[in-house]
Amino acid sequence: MKTNSRLEKILEKGEFAVTSECGPPRGADPDVIRKKGELLKGVVDAVNVTDNQTSVVRMSSWASCLILKDMGFDPIVQMVCRDRNRIAIQSDILGAAALGINNILCLSGDHQKFGDHPSAKNVFDMDSIQLIWTVKKMRDEGLFISGEEIKGRPNLFIGAAANPFADPFDIRALRLAKKVAAGVEFIQTQCIYNLERFEKWMEMVKDMGLHEKVHILAGVTPFKSIGMAKYMKNFVPGMDVPDALIDRLKGVPKEKRANEGIKIAIETIQRLKEIKGIHGVHIMAIEWEEKVPEIVEAAGLLPRPEV
Amino acid sequence: MIIAERKPIEEIIDMIKDYKKIILAGCKGCVAVCAAGGEKEVGILASALRMAFQKDGKEIEIKEVTLERQCDPEYLEQIRGIVDDYEAILSIACGAGIQFMAEKYTKTPVYPGVNTKFIGVTEAQGVWSERCQSCGNCILHLTGGICPITRCSKSLLNGPCGGSTNGKCEVDPSIECAWQLIIDRLKELGTFEKVYMNIIPLKDWSTSRDGGPRRIEREDLKL
Amino acid sequence: MRLDYPSNVKIIKLPCTGKVDVIHILKAFESGIDGVYVAGCLEGECHFLIGNLRARKRVEYVKGLLGSIGINPERVEMYNLSAAMGTRFAEIAYEMTEKIKKLGPSPIKTKKGKEYPIKE
Repeated sequence: MKTNSRLEKILEKGEFAVTSECGPPRGADPDVIRKKGELLKGVVDAVNVTDNQTSVVRMSSWASCLILKDMGFDPIVQMVCRDRNRIAIQSDILGAAALGINNILCLSGDHQKFGDHPSAKNVFDMDSIQLIWTVKKMRDEGLFISGEEIKGRPNLFIGAAANPFADPFDIRALRLAKKVAAGVEFIQTQCIYNLERFEKWMEMVKDMGLHEKVHILAGVTPFKSIGMAKYMKNFVPGMDVPDALIDRLKGVPKEKRANEGIKIAIETIQRLKEIKGIHGVHIMAIEWEEKVPEIVEAAGLLPRPEV
Repeated sequence: MIIAERKPIEEIIDMIKDYKKIILAGCKGCVAVCAAGGEKEVGILASALRMAFQKDGKEIEIKEVTLERQCDPEYLEQIRGIVDDYEAILSIACGAGIQFMAEKYTKTPVYPGVNTKFIGVTEAQGVWSERCQSCGNCILHLTGGICPITRCSKSLLNGPCGGSTNGKCEVDPSIECAWQLIIDRLKELGTFEKVYMNIIPLKDWSTSRDGGPRRIEREDLKL
Repeated sequence: MRLDYPSNVKIIKLPCTGKVDVIHILKAFESGIDGVYVAGCLEGECHFLIGNLRARKRVEYVKGLLGSIGINPERVEMYNLSAAMGTRFAEIAYEMTEKIKKLGPSPIKTKKGKEYPIKE
């Protein structure tokens, strides 16, 4: 055990972990986070807070994480490389650790052209792999990137994202291997709809022995509507939504489609539980956090274990 | 070479609208190759500007001049004899040339008639694209001759990111994913297995523009 | 064929319309000409293969340039016809002349200010 992270404890015990996500508000009102937190109580082992996702300005991830921590959660601070240079990154890592945040998810970050401030200067002083390396160096060696000593090491459980559905497909497992070599300890994947393709990716991952070196949490997002499914299929890069799923939603009357989306999510989780090497599920119910308890329960994942 | 593009005519007209006599200075270097500021473009811009003024009943005298380059002091000297006869210089050289022109003729306002865009190459007639960000520390030997700083939208040194789709960048489908290109090239060179798994460490950006405006002095070449 | 065409149309002969460059058209307007049209071979039948396609692109470019300095882009046009199409030649001459008459003399001559974009 390297950190005080509840997520790490659950995974080291061999339990199937459940994590979810809170999107922070486009304003300074902490109650927005508190309300979302209330919906997830007792249902997750750790909760992510996104970091200006899709380059849209929102309350900062670490600040939102602090609010959730005060409610008793084990938050995962997400950190992108788009907006900060190495000075700010190391500084924020120390800050997050000082506030008692135990987990960090290291990401490159969506390009700013997707967001509400496309004329911003982007940073990308480092990439996600160098960020993983940085956190590990700070935690395990007690050194800054410059090689100087840190007095008071940040004890963070190190995570990153993996996208089995982006191109080029044949190097996606290699990229995960690179992240493992850099020191990543848990992975949350992009949301999974195409289980066949996901299983192929897991085969490649297992061939490289990576499933034993890193805890993989499979991402799941329930469809709220056909519009959402189509949008994700056509406009979100690195997403694979099979037509069969859209047809399945079409085959159901409009009022029942949200429920069908939940059913699909539950079935997906049940299949994922069977795959060797999957150590948990990461449920991203974007602006639909109230459905998470229902999904976790129906997937047979309640109550969450004591650690 | 340096690729530039003529500014919108409306913007140029706004800059010089109060003048009656200007020099329009082109350059036979980079901007001539990318058809933004060469002799031909000087002629076209001068004609368009004269017509723009004429239709409003205003007169403007435009002296058309195309220098060899505007980034060398000797070539800028060529207009010393006439510069005092004109109120302003509209230069369509690259940003470096325009500035050098202004540095040499400090009493004459110098206006930029182009937007200088990037260091790039001619992919085909009429098509230019960016290749180099002049980061000051070239790593092309590590990436099969393709620059990730320039051609990856996020300048990732250990790419690709999760947004690469069908060899295209998530930012714009016309942008090729640099890391797809690098991977394909390394495979073609037979060095993929050896090279790709190495983690490229953090870049020292101090050799780039981030370290401040740059300068090179060669003692062996100074007179 | 001894067909008539308006006397205000002055013809400049070229071996191929691909020889027309942007500056030639601009100089014509600068000197006070009210309209210019480029008559090239039918597409696919250019003796020099794609000279007429290049001419069309340059005409389009000039249209954009004229529009941006307040001159109606319709004053310049590209037409395609074969050398054998005498009737079409006369037709184009009339068509263009009518159009230019409606637009009136070029603002370069009248100095009356911009005529484009057209006010609502």
